[in-house]
Amino acid sequence: MGVRQRAATYSAALAVLLAVVMTVSAGMGPVYIEPIAVTKVILNAVAVPVGMTLSSTPISAGPLQAPAIELVWHAPFSFGTERVHEQIVLGVRLPRIILGATVGFALATAGTVMQGFFKNPMADPSIIGVSSGAAVGAVAFIVVPSAIPFGIGLRGAAFVGAVVTAFLVYLIATQSGRTPVATLLLAGIAVQAFLSAVISFLQLYSGESLRQVVHWLMGHLGNARWGDVGVTVVLVPALFVIILAYGRDLNVLLLGEADAKSLGVEVERTKKILLVLSSVITAAGVAVSGVIGFVGLIVPHMVRLIVGPDHRVLLPTAALAGASFLVLTDTIARTALGGSDIPVGVVTAALGAPFFLYLLRSREVHSL
Amino acid sequence: MSNVHAVGSTSEDTATTEDTATTEDTATTEDTTEPIVSVENLRVSLGGTDVLHDVSIDVPEGRLVGLIGPNGAGKTTLLRAINGTVSIDSGRVTVAGVDAATCSSRRLARLVATVPQTTTLSFGFSVRETIEMGRHPHISRFGAMDDTDVAAVESAMAATAVEALADRSITDVSGGERQRVLLARAVAQETPVLVLDEPTANLDINHAARTLELVRDAVTSEALSGRAAIAAIHDLDLAARYCDELVLLADGEIKAYGSPEAVLSAESIGSAFATEVAIGTDPVTATERVVPRATVPAGAADTDCYVHVLGSGMLARETIARLAETGCSGSVGPIPTGDIAAETARLNGFSIVDAPAFRSLSMTVKDRVRARCQESDAVVVTEAIDSWQRRLLAGLDCETIAVSGGPTQSTEGSPAGNADSVDHRCSVEELVGELFDRDET
Repeated sequence: MGVRQRAATYSAALAVLLAVVMTVSAGMGPVYIEPIAVTKVILNAVAVPVGMTLSSTPISAGPLQAPAIELVWHAPFSFGTERVHEQIVLGVRLPRIILGATVGFALATAGTVMQGFFKNPMADPSIIGVSSGAAVGAVAFIVVPSAIPFGIGLRGAAFVGAVVTAFLVYLIATQSGRTPVATLLLAGIAVQAFLSAVISFLQLYSGESLRQVVHWLMGHLGNARWGDVGVTVVLVPALFVIILAYGRDLNVLLLGEADAKSLGVEVERTKKILLVLSSVITAAGVAVSGVIGFVGLIVPHMVRLIVGPDHRVLLPTAALAGASFLVLTDTIARTALGGSDIPVGVVTAALGAPFFLYLLRSREVHSL
Repeated sequence: MSNVHAVGSTSEDTATTEDTATTEDTATTEDTTEPIVSVENLRVSLGGTDVLHDVSIDVPEGRLVGLIGPNGAGKTTLLRAINGTVSIDSGRVTVAGVDAATCSSRRLARLVATVPQTTTLSFGFSVRETIEMGRHPHISRFGAMDDTDVAAVESAMAATAVEALADRSITDVSGGERQRVLLARAVAQETPVLVLDEPTANLDINHAARTLELVRDAVTSEALSGRAAIAAIHDLDLAARYCDELVLLADGEIKAYGSPEAVLSAESIGSAFATEVAIGTDPVTATERVVPRATVPAGAADTDCYVHVLGSGMLARETIARLAETGCSGSVGPIPTGDIAAETARLNGFSIVDAPAFRSLSMTVKDRVRARCQESDAVVVTEAIDSWQRRLLAGLDCETIAVSGGPTQSTEGSPAGNADSVDHRCSVEELVGELFDRDET
């Protein structure tokens, strides 16, 4: 079976799994809703563009007036559903579930890229300091909101912190146009250590907001609304498509940089592109969810055990599996203790680690 | 290897820049007067040390060029300058008319394929997947392997005999098998120039020879002109046997460049490798054969010892080799020039008293033999002797020893008639001990 068929088959299966997990999850909570009812509610909300029409209100008010084009939407389904179910599923649970799926998708993608990039099974999305940077941005915003300029908000501060940190680590590790992977790894660890010190210091003086800081640092998806989901849901898949186009280069990079160059990979440029893409995709995830550990580390490993190391297959499957994994763990996080949320980061680690250890012991893992 | 194409014919890239590149490549490779790989005044330093200085070579198409030289001579660095994986300080490297230092990796990867010494694959790709990576420079970013790519991979696997390994993990095959997989990957790359770094280092004798045959066939094939290969080869005998030309590198410089016969001289090899060597001719392949001399342990032997060997053939050859190994000098004869012992004597610096075979000895020859014997510290007899030789031995002051064949034969063996004419009898193995024991007493 060719690589593309393999990727398509596995991805289709995992996409179905994701849909099932999301549907079931949307029914779980203080009010239980049958999966069938959830499906009906979701299908009712689906609208497809069926045509275009010229709007009567022009785009510009000036003398050159272009008529605006409006899409005509059609909702193909109209099942009979309960109104309260619609409000719960569409208004409360689905935004959080979609956000969880997107963050899981982003973290697993970045983890896969980093493990391949560093040729190191210990690598995860935060290895070059992205998560620490996001945490510093977020915690600084929580503790001293006045220190964050431009009114970019908590998520904006976290995102900027993440991207700036990744860029800084890259600059530190680059000498005369080359970025040795080992230097990058060590620079990342050193910067992470420094940023942890900053976070600890901020926590010490956080006073009233300590609880909020700890909550953010543990990672959570609570209180997501459609407005919060928007940017991440657009950004993550777009970045993923570009990363996927570098799947073959990632495979060849695993041979070592000299080999990769002799096989036609523009090594330094590819490394730079992959670092930027995976840092931004991680930042887009952690900025909305806080630091959720373990997803980016173990999901790629679990999937690699099943589909093999080829990144053209591994990237889409790991991403989809990461999405399902985070939706599943977040469902547990918000339902396990009745009404109160457990931070999802606690659940991912508590469930993921034993499962991963089981995989390690039960399968002959010699090629990590 | 029959379906390996010149780079221009297989490229299916549609980008305009690549198209122009391809046209240029084809134009250059058709021009047979141009060398396909040209290195001019190359200087490379690594970590502040000059690894190569002022190296210039031109590799014409249709040649397999062997790079030989001691460890640290700069062989790998020269190969890496050609495949563009090391940055050069000055000079110029062109492959098929394209500057290797400035062209894109992708373009260079369609001109030069590399067989590295080893590879580090941290994840368990299958052998087939590893070989498919050789097609990387031919597939566009969003493309997938097409029929041409699949055919190239299949024929590369067939040519290198790795089909049986196809579905095994690259981390599970042996070092030698991995080396053949790397060769297959390079063959699948279908480039005009092949660069090999110690391609036979981990291979058994069968696969070492087959690897170099494969490479030689690939570059000399009449169906595919415009190809060449450059290989760093540790095994000088293999290099002499398969390469059209040899480049002897030492201390970052080219010490000799030319045909194997010209490059493999005792002086050039000896000085480059800082050891004494003998250059013989392999009896099977009739190509050059380099044999390093044993380093004599200090005090183990009296190196001033001069021994004449009376005899010819296999036993005389073994005797001479044994004596030379301990640092003795000497002579052999009377012996026909074509005798195997004469060859060994020549390579070991023993002088030869030659006499035509199947004819009685002339007076001149007899006098020369007598003179040699009288100069000697000892005379070793390796075959049955005639009455003239018997008289000769009787008239000598020096020690005379008769040797007989290998350990399976008794000391009472072959030179049966010598018993009364010599002082001692022993086997070849015992000879050295016998000689120096007597010297001391």
